[in-house]
Amino acid sequence: MQKYRGVAMRKTFADLHLRLNVKDHATALRVITKAAALGYRLIAVPFPSETRGDEVAKLKAVCSEAKIDFASRIDLRPRTPNELMHQLRRLRRKFEVICVACENKQVARQAAKDRRVDLLNFPLLDFRRRFFDRAEAELASNSLAALEIDVKPLLVLEGPARIRFLSSLRREAAIAKEFHVPIVVSSGVSEERLLRRPREMASLMFLFGLDEVSALKAVAHNPVAIVKRNREKLSSMFVAPGIRVIKEGKDC
Amino acid sequence: MKRVKRRYLALQVDSDGAPSRKEFMDAVWSAVAKLYGEYGASQTSLALIDYDVEKKTAVIRTSLVTLDLVRASLASITSLANGEAVVHVLAVSGTIKALRKKVRR
Repeated sequence: MQKYRGVAMRKTFADLHLRLNVKDHATALRVITKAAALGYRLIAVPFPSETRGDEVAKLKAVCSEAKIDFASRIDLRPRTPNELMHQLRRLRRKFEVICVACENKQVARQAAKDRRVDLLNFPLLDFRRRFFDRAEAELASNSLAALEIDVKPLLVLEGPARIRFLSSLRREAAIAKEFHVPIVVSSGVSEERLLRRPREMASLMFLFGLDEVSALKAVAHNPVAIVKRNREKLSSMFVAPGIRVIKEGKDC
Repeated sequence: MKRVKRRYLALQVDSDGAPSRKEFMDAVWSAVAKLYGEYGASQTSLALIDYDVEKKTAVIRTSLVTLDLVRASLASITSLANGEAVVHVLAVSGTIKALRKKVRR
């Protein structure tokens, strides 16, 4: 019984923001292996928009070698809402996760209400440009976008910068909770030494006021749900939400 | 007087060198003090129970009410004895005996 319970309770932990240099195969393999050893079962690596398919396939092969699931991701940095719409039209069907780095308020608002956007990311150290306020959260709650929080600054910053960072995260986490906007916590690191176990990532969220259940959701359920949803949409069998082709051919 | 509930944490140090007991505990105290200040650190009742320099494992004790605080502080450690380091929590338990069982599993 105990064994059964252990299997049933097992969570799939995900890190949707591993910054890897795709061309540096050795480092990529080292970081991916470390992530697998720490307990992650799914990772996403951001690619530049002009990435060739073979580079993605190569990284996918590295991940399957390390027995870890891999999702392709792109970080968009549009300057205007129109540019965002254009990039989304061009790239949505090519990547499994789309994150928008919101550099100004107009882009942030557009990204929050567009159902093609998965993650909203804000400048880490420019606290005046973290636009995740109540209006942004309300828009995001009506679409599918989640708030992404990178843990890296918590580890590398010190003193007043970390205090200010924690203070804005605490405010944003409270707003996200109030408006039921999912939070996704990612590492945002490129070195293996800054990688933490999923449970340790959840512990760090205690610093900005997330309880244990929400913290574990942010490293397990929320990121996995995004990838699962998008994989279903990108599959050739998908017709519309809840409708998919189950059989094709003359005998149907 | 109410009994103070404690928790024991089994830790794994991932670093280049082999830090001494003192260096390890200094890093833990400094991480707690950096995040929560001296007042917060004083409430943790932190104590080093066991430290194996060769295996780089440690067992520390803290009070239950400050467990989250200590876990967050441990996760924020990035250096130890002037070198890069990470401290991973392997297991948490209410008794040392159960902790050792969990780690062995």
